[in-house]
Amino acid sequence: MARYLAGRITGLVLILFLVCLFTYLIFFKLSPDPALMICGKTCTPERVTQIRTVLGIDKPFLTQFWDFLSGLFAGRDYGSGTNLVHCPAPCLGYSFQTNQSVWQMVLDRLPVTATLAIGAATLWLLAGITMGLLSAVKEGTWWDRSAMNLALGGASIPNYVLALALQYVLVVKLQILPFPSSVAFTDAPWLWFQSYLMPWIVLATGAACLYARLTRANVIDTLAENFFRTARSKGLAPVLTMRRHALRPALTPIVTIFGMDFAALLGGALITETVFGLNGIGKMAADSIAKNDQPVIMAVTLLAAFFVVVGNVVVDLVYTALDPRVRIR
Amino acid sequence: MTTAFTHDAQAGTSAGAPGASITPGRRILGALRHDRAALLSASFLALMVLMALCAPLISALTGQGPTQFDMAAIDVDAGGLPKGAFGGISAEHPFGVEPLNGRDILARIAYGARVSFLIAASATVLTTLLGVVLGMVAGFYGGWVDQVVSRVMDFLMAFPALIFMIAILSSLPTGNRSLLLVAVISLFGWPYLARVVRGQTLTLLNRDFVEAARASGASRRDLVFKEILPNLRSSLIVMTTLAVPGYIGTEAGLSFLGVGVSPPTPSWGQMIANSVTWYAVDPLYFAIPGLFLFLTVLSLTVLGDRVRAATDAGEAA
Amino acid sequence: MRGQGPMSEDPMSAAASGPDVTSELLVVENLTVTLPTTRGPVAVVKDVSFTVGRNETVGIVGESGSGKSMTSLAIMGLLPRGALTTGSVRLDGVELLGLGDREMRRIRGAQASMIFQDPLSSLNPYYTVGLQIEEMYRAHLGGSRKEARKVAVEALERVGIPEPERRTGHYPHQFSGGQRQRIMIAMALVCSPGLLIADEPTTALDVTVQAQILRLLADLQRQTRTGMVFITHDLAVISSIATRVLVMCRGEQVEYGTAEQVFSAPEHAYTRRLLESIPRITDDLSADEVVL
Repeated sequence: MARYLAGRITGLVLILFLVCLFTYLIFFKLSPDPALMICGKTCTPERVTQIRTVLGIDKPFLTQFWDFLSGLFAGRDYGSGTNLVHCPAPCLGYSFQTNQSVWQMVLDRLPVTATLAIGAATLWLLAGITMGLLSAVKEGTWWDRSAMNLALGGASIPNYVLALALQYVLVVKLQILPFPSSVAFTDAPWLWFQSYLMPWIVLATGAACLYARLTRANVIDTLAENFFRTARSKGLAPVLTMRRHALRPALTPIVTIFGMDFAALLGGALITETVFGLNGIGKMAADSIAKNDQPVIMAVTLLAAFFVVVGNVVVDLVYTALDPRVRIR
Repeated sequence: MTTAFTHDAQAGTSAGAPGASITPGRRILGALRHDRAALLSASFLALMVLMALCAPLISALTGQGPTQFDMAAIDVDAGGLPKGAFGGISAEHPFGVEPLNGRDILARIAYGARVSFLIAASATVLTTLLGVVLGMVAGFYGGWVDQVVSRVMDFLMAFPALIFMIAILSSLPTGNRSLLLVAVISLFGWPYLARVVRGQTLTLLNRDFVEAARASGASRRDLVFKEILPNLRSSLIVMTTLAVPGYIGTEAGLSFLGVGVSPPTPSWGQMIANSVTWYAVDPLYFAIPGLFLFLTVLSLTVLGDRVRAATDAGEAA
Repeated sequence: MRGQGPMSEDPMSAAASGPDVTSELLVVENLTVTLPTTRGPVAVVKDVSFTVGRNETVGIVGESGSGKSMTSLAIMGLLPRGALTTGSVRLDGVELLGLGDREMRRIRGAQASMIFQDPLSSLNPYYTVGLQIEEMYRAHLGGSRKEARKVAVEALERVGIPEPERRTGHYPHQFSGGQRQRIMIAMALVCSPGLLIADEPTTALDVTVQAQILRLLADLQRQTRTGMVFITHDLAVISSIATRVLVMCRGEQVEYGTAEQVFSAPEHAYTRRLLESIPRITDDLSADEVVL
């Protein structure tokens, strides 16, 4: 177990390192000079050089990359003398745009993204699994066919189209919901809920439809399994038969997919957050890209990759606990 | 001995995997011909492709180019809204015009379809090529080759693709946008196909008929082209048809975020993005490209789903 | 072959065609099963009648698709949805066809239980074998978990699983093929049912393991006085274990009689062909092992 974990963590660190390196390389080579952007229109060459020195981008690539990495684990100092700024670990640098600590920005935005992800995940699990179960039990009926066709439709709507359509119908036309605003739950719980409702629905729709189809397929496969026939031949109570011999085997594989989807969502729902103006990680990513704010781009890329690889390991561990046939070597 | 009456297994007797007389392609087509949803989707897609191909013809017929301003069709006093109801739908402009500049929406939809389809088709070809070649190489050679390819796949799949696509596209303001889009979509798309191809290649290599071919001294090229590739055909058809709607959606999404094809070249995603500020007063400006995008993705998804169902049924038989 | 009208209520008519069986456990009369298919309803079991006495083993032989498995599923009420059954199936004098779900559930496992061809896929991979035996015991006979666990350990011991105490906590994939089938047998017999239906229980196993399982089944049957329906495509197996044999072909009952009758003087051409296809059971030493 310890050896397995060590191996997995090594792999995880390696992938994150590569993501860092790759992202850093791309921006180092491709992006326009951030110093020129910060300096603005009235700019002197001396000022540019000064900014470059403060940002640390006058150094060679590998030195810069090393500074970035060591900053992550040990913190780093920017500038010198009286201008010296210490950035404690985990140091992701300072935004070129706002001079805020990127780590602090991430911490500020993460709750919004987490709220979005948790709400959407709850919604799509409930809706998707219920729909899939009903369809599986009523396989071949009118309900099954319409539910599955609806699911194909729901999975085909691009989320920004759904977002705009919902906003038009619910906010502009019917005026059931207010325009989403970023209020704290503690200030106005009802408004908070109303603000998050549309983003939750938009994020959950596509996934719910996929999960419905997946659940249906898995349950139908399980009902055809020999061990389900055995369970029926044992004369168990129907509830027990369904729970132990149909649901447990059918839903266990869904845990894997759910874990990965949820982890990916924690890295920021870029489009949904942008469309609804939610100040989460996704919007931070979009904004930073639009303004070429390299430290922030690095941070969001790294964060998203972190969630994906950690999610991967967590899912594997959970799966070994859930499926007795899977054993850690 | 008399042949068994096969009603216990309704699917009937199974044909051996290699050497089935009907090709999977033909069998799938045969099954789809009797499916109303599949036929409807296919007809809609055919219509879209036709529209994309005939975009210049449509422009010539209506006399409206995709980038041609028509100030007569908009009401400057009303803040640039199209004149008339329903987004300015009229004989000259069957789908109405864009606010502010009066560009014809039909022409822009038709020309936008060209961009979307071209990018999605190219991305499909490129991903399939990369996925098949790299997946087969990894499965076939194993060892360190497999290790390298597999690690690259892990890396690309862990990478936050959307963030990175946007970042890479926005930091490259010049150059051929369409080509760049195809490259970026394919770069992050091929591992999903390659993973499946690799797995199936490994399974096939252990199957009797491949081992028999090996034992009888078949060359590597024969093994790959005569034994493995033909048996991957079914899953390739399924994987690619299921992936195409994703590419259409990704292209539209990137254009929606402003990093796709650059204006004035029209694209559906870009039109939807432009409509955001207008949708409260001119909902059709948003609804028309939104509907086209949705119906196209839906048709492709339905088709992909039915192809998969037909393949599954074929394999069970 | 017998061809009385449907729903013959006279129990003696079934017994009359069998050997000297005084106490009838299972009486199947004119059983017909129709399944809906894409090409319309198809009769997969046609007018089948046989009797199983207490402590007797009746073999049903036929090729795959001959309707033998459908016959057993019809007795257990486990046919696929939409299946139509006519005729009569009486267990201990109780008519099973047309019985409600709840009543049927009480009979399944408690009075009639079943073991299947592939023990690995027939056991739920997500639960320990102990739990799978316990849940069956508790469903019918109640009792605490502790009691059920004790019963499960005893059941495993009875079928010859070493270290049964420890093994109850193991999952199906941790056992060998033969052990899994032993576990299935232990589970099927845990509520001491009157009838055991074994549907090709040895087909998926190695030849030597087959022999062990057959011996175990025969031993247990003698101890527990359980009536058994043994379904197989293998005449060699049936000759060693069954007192009466029913031969099925394409859903029809082509031969029914004592094992001796069927093997020494087969009436039907199909049975003769089946017999000829067995590679010389009488003078083959290794086959002798299969036959016990």
